[in-house]
Amino acid sequence: MNPESLTTFLEMRNITKSFPGVRALDGVSFDLHRGEIHALVGENGAGKSTLMKVLGGVYPYPEYGGEIAIEGGLQRFANVRDAEKAGIAVIYQELSLVREMTVGENIFLGREPSRLGLIRWDELYRRAAALLDDLHLSIDPHVQVRLLGIGQQQLVEIAKALSHDARVLVLDEPTAALTDSEVETLFGILQKLRERGVGMIYISHKLDEVFRISDRITVLRDGKTVGTNPTGQWTESQVIARMVGREVGDIFPRVEHEKGDVVFEASAVTVTDPDAAHKRLVDNLSFSVRRGEVLGIAGLMGAGRSDLLMAIFGAHSGVVSGEIRLEGKRVQIKTPADAIKQGIGFVTEDRKRFGLVLDQTILSNMTLAGLRQISGRFVTSIDAESAAGERAMRDLRVKAKSIFTVAGTLSGGNQQKVVLAKWLLTKPRVLFLDEPTRGIDVGAKQEIYNQISSLAQAGLAIVLVSSELPEVLGLSDRIIVLHEGRKTGEFTRANATPEAVMACATGHVRSAA
Amino acid sequence: MNDSANLPETDRPPATSDFIAINEADELTRQTTIGRLKIPTDVLRAYTMVFALLAIWIFFHYSTDQIFLDPRNFSNLMRQTAVTGVLAVGMLMVIVTGQIDLSVGSVVGLAGGIAAITLGWLGFGLVPSIAAGIAVGVVIGAAQGSLVAYLNIPAFIVTLGGLLAWRGVILGLSRGETIPVQLQSFKAIGQDYVGPFVGWIIAAIAVAAIVWLNISRSRSRKKHGLTATSPAMLLLRIVGPSLAVVGFIYMMNAYEIAPGRYAGIPVPVIIFLAIALAGAFLTQNTTFGRYLYAIGGNPDAARLSGINIRRHLLAVFCIMGALSGVSAIIYTARVGSASPDAGQLLELDAIAACVIGGTSLMGGRGTVFGAVLGALIMASLDNGMSLKNVEPYMQNIIKGAILVAAVGLDMAGRRRS
Repeated sequence: MNPESLTTFLEMRNITKSFPGVRALDGVSFDLHRGEIHALVGENGAGKSTLMKVLGGVYPYPEYGGEIAIEGGLQRFANVRDAEKAGIAVIYQELSLVREMTVGENIFLGREPSRLGLIRWDELYRRAAALLDDLHLSIDPHVQVRLLGIGQQQLVEIAKALSHDARVLVLDEPTAALTDSEVETLFGILQKLRERGVGMIYISHKLDEVFRISDRITVLRDGKTVGTNPTGQWTESQVIARMVGREVGDIFPRVEHEKGDVVFEASAVTVTDPDAAHKRLVDNLSFSVRRGEVLGIAGLMGAGRSDLLMAIFGAHSGVVSGEIRLEGKRVQIKTPADAIKQGIGFVTEDRKRFGLVLDQTILSNMTLAGLRQISGRFVTSIDAESAAGERAMRDLRVKAKSIFTVAGTLSGGNQQKVVLAKWLLTKPRVLFLDEPTRGIDVGAKQEIYNQISSLAQAGLAIVLVSSELPEVLGLSDRIIVLHEGRKTGEFTRANATPEAVMACATGHVRSAA
Repeated sequence: MNDSANLPETDRPPATSDFIAINEADELTRQTTIGRLKIPTDVLRAYTMVFALLAIWIFFHYSTDQIFLDPRNFSNLMRQTAVTGVLAVGMLMVIVTGQIDLSVGSVVGLAGGIAAITLGWLGFGLVPSIAAGIAVGVVIGAAQGSLVAYLNIPAFIVTLGGLLAWRGVILGLSRGETIPVQLQSFKAIGQDYVGPFVGWIIAAIAVAAIVWLNISRSRSRKKHGLTATSPAMLLLRIVGPSLAVVGFIYMMNAYEIAPGRYAGIPVPVIIFLAIALAGAFLTQNTTFGRYLYAIGGNPDAARLSGINIRRHLLAVFCIMGALSGVSAIIYTARVGSASPDAGQLLELDAIAACVIGGTSLMGGRGTVFGAVLGALIMASLDNGMSLKNVEPYMQNIIKGAILVAAVGLDMAGRRRS
């Protein structure tokens, strides 16, 4: 950081914001220097998004209390436009690009260079190209956004923000959907913007990234600021302690227990890409899980981990071959219904897309997969369901007003618990978990870890896929590592180190346990 | 309508619960404040429709010299509702799964035509001709459903094609002629009444059923360890619907067809009510119905939860086809003949009924109870405006405006809540 940039550019003083019955922000103060990356962390529901919506003009001036000042001048945004004019650009988790339009069209959407009402396409693409070039992005401005990967879309979004002359950039979970190399590109650009004096507010659950990229960290809890310090003065566990309001030791419960017989066995599973039949997403992969065992599947994004689980579950659109045995008996699984019948449960990744019917209640979601067992083969019993739902809600500690609360209104952690409950209510013998803690806060993560651990103790066989290496290492009894659809390593809990697993995941080393 | 953040916090909704059960978790649900009253928003929404219907009725009653709610006209109104209402029940299921069926008007024309042809031209008896009409509907539903479910052709396209094609088929088969129906027992389906005595028997059965359902439900709650319903609420839930049933039967029975001869419930209305009850049960109290909502709400999640989406879509289109057949029989019987342009625009009435009744065209939301109310509102407007001699062009304009306004108000209400 340059010393001259240490001037406060943006200041939010004593911000309060209430919703009916809830005080979402309670006197939060937050400031941002020029050329600074200021990380904002906190559990879901701590008020981060609300604070950014106040800043971005989503909640206009008299709807909140407190003051926003830019370079000392008081600002009262009436709408998002006003905030943009003041140089504030918010990049939301859900990207706001028009997928069918080109990169150039998106960047200048609503502000197309024109003459006599006609768009000057040459000028538009020239300026778009210059902008992308300036960020050292090799993205063709003529290409349609939908053809870009999610990571590149994110970068286009940043380019768009900069075309507005944004001086404050808010990034909300920018790396949630990015691959490791895309994260590197993003961080390179953030560094560059920092040198240019752009102030950035970086919201993320991934503390390792926060520690890598940020200059200062502010922790929010329950709508209040509970600490702001230069990053160097924080330790990761201090940040977590502030976030959850208590000191956490090792967040992975380690209870050793007996492993039983092999429950589930997959041999020589091969899955082809539905879009390119010659390409193998999973190549001749075999593994087995014992009763009471947690098998971790590590690997980078695109290594074929989700494809493997989807294929076994009968839900993959590519061609699947291989053999599945449950308790030694060979079974045919052609559809998810077959898999459920055989006692396989599957907590899928991306709960909003694959896991939940967001419009429906907690109860409907919890009972969806096991409805016939819980409620009746054809005629349903709302009371039998309610009883099962209330029990599951207590057991998993879902925080909601009632089982009739709509799933879409819950926080990520609670939504994930609902999905977990859905699969536990099918009484599975094997449970697949695909990224079970993505995008949820630390407290909820720990609760899910405890659940996984106690389910294993109760004798369930668990297959855990996660991009977060500490999670795989912390929870698994055994780990297999995938790289480009093949098994490149297998470890026991005792001999798994992050370095060794990562080496297999990146394809540098093939190791055997 | 697709704003997932502002949805009512209830499941096993309306058909039963809007009507009978005021949500017991009162303090837990979202509430709307009117003056000093606090009412759960979703309950309010359901009752708003009931009040809108009552307001329409009262308005027409007093602006037509009290003809509108006269037993004779009321009985007529119910008969008019039957044809659209039967279709609306099927359409509700189609829309809940996120699909649409634009062909039902033409299918009504074709199925009615086939029934009349088999009856009049081919000399089939009563039962075979009815079976033929309904079978036509089922076969068409199965064909269209297969194209949608197994070949992934959008339902809008498949049934738009059906709208044109089936109308063409009946025009060809009938050679453009209107086919009269002579058989009295067939016409009875659309024109006859069951008589006051049967009406009171039905009322008694209905009241007994309401009492029994409420008591067994309250027992079942106890058995499953859930909080019991308070006695006052239980009483309210028994008395309210029972009064509605008795009032309805009374009105139906009060219609004097000839001096000293009282009508009772029209046969088509009995068919309609039976189908509506069956539809409400199927959508709210069976796994099949629950899966339809899940498929419409999030097909990916439904598929991964082990639901066979294709089979359910096929089934829903078959049900729609069968109900189109039933509707065609009622319509043909009521009119006493099958004209090749019978049923035109009925698909739009059925869709409008669902939408006015709170069904989301995005799928996943809507109830049979709402669709039936919607059908009643549409039929009431038709009937009332005809009584007031509103010109047909004006009727269309008003109906169109009300459809859009109703949905607009609902959306506005949702945003506020």
